[in-house]
Amino acid sequence: MMQALQDSLVATAQGLPVTLFIWTASVALGMAGGFVVGALRFFSPWPLALPLSMAVEAVRGTPFLVQCFLLYFGGPFIGIDLAPLTAGLLALSVYGAAYFSEVFRAGFMAVPPGQLEVARMLGLSRFQAVLRIMLPVMALGVLPSLANLCVILIKETAVLSIITVPELTFRVQGVGTATFAFAETMLVLALVYWALAELTAWGARAAERRIERALAA
Amino acid sequence: MMAASWATIWISALGIAIGFSLGVPIAVASLRGRTWAAVYISFFRGVPMLVQLLLAYYALPFIGIDLPAIVAAVGTVGLCCAAYMGEILRGGFALVPKGGVEAARLLGLSPRQILLRIQLPIAVQAMRPAIINEAILIVKASSLISVVGILELTRSAQALASSTFEPLPSYALCGAIYLIINVSLSLLARGRLA
Repeated sequence: MMQALQDSLVATAQGLPVTLFIWTASVALGMAGGFVVGALRFFSPWPLALPLSMAVEAVRGTPFLVQCFLLYFGGPFIGIDLAPLTAGLLALSVYGAAYFSEVFRAGFMAVPPGQLEVARMLGLSRFQAVLRIMLPVMALGVLPSLANLCVILIKETAVLSIITVPELTFRVQGVGTATFAFAETMLVLALVYWALAELTAWGARAAERRIERALAA
Repeated sequence: MMAASWATIWISALGIAIGFSLGVPIAVASLRGRTWAAVYISFFRGVPMLVQLLLAYYALPFIGIDLPAIVAAVGTVGLCCAAYMGEILRGGFALVPKGGVEAARLLGLSPRQILLRIQLPIAVQAMRPAIINEAILIVKASSLISVVGILELTRSAQALASSTFEPLPSYALCGAIYLIINVSLSLLARGRLA
């Protein structure tokens, strides 16, 4: 039992950096992509907004696992032949972007139109009004949803073990299979994710307080 | 694949039903500030469903609890759903007007009757969009139980992909069926709301 625990800690040390890399990269890519898609859906005319909305609904309405299978196993048939890590990162970023775009779009919608009009009357260009007035107002409103999505994305990274990305779940599960000590290894795995999720939520609350203070000042 | 779609639907329905029934006591305990409810919600929302499933499927037998795979899978989906439902209903209970509860108490209803006949219907009505959203998440999460070898929609698509060597149409069809299930769920919710 001690051996299995030791092995799972080693596997954790190997898998955790991969998990953290995929997580941070997909949060960054997903947030950037989601912002662009969310803004396009909000600001552009319907011939562009409608197909984007349909794509977002398709991603949000299907399981992440099926999207992974589609990209990783189906991709090579249309010339997209990716390594597990790349496929996993791409799939998670697209999945994240769909959800992030909804958050940003809701954020844009929550800004009272009057504020933009006032900014325009005061002589700001449309771009300036969006940049200087709309974005700061929506930033605080969307923060809890963004933090929530970060926790969701770290949990989705576990799914990537199924397409053999050598992340946390894949590594620790490997120890379980090799030593038959499933109880200990799975418990270690659950505790590591639990700690990560709590840490993220705690960090988000701290960030929220800080931004609130900065805006109040 | 048709039969597998029904498997996905009834597994999700059962998971949501378990989640809802357990979510009510969890919401009540959480409102009363019980530590166990906070730990329960934090654990099931903090650990990936896949890891919970592996824990139930591989680890429970080692401490003497040997469940059939389908029971372990549906149970895990239900327990996880209960944590989210608990949070949703807690928010719903907070919206119930205090006067309504007091009036019910004056009319001689027991605390249990007040909970089930007054507070719960109001909370469910208020939180309907969130509840439907959670139901959609559960339908999607049920794809993960393919990993413990249960034949549902995703598993059947895997079988089809490996027998026909055509993963692209197999998984695309599988995704389309999930999309149909989830779009119907959200349309159902919107229709009722109108």
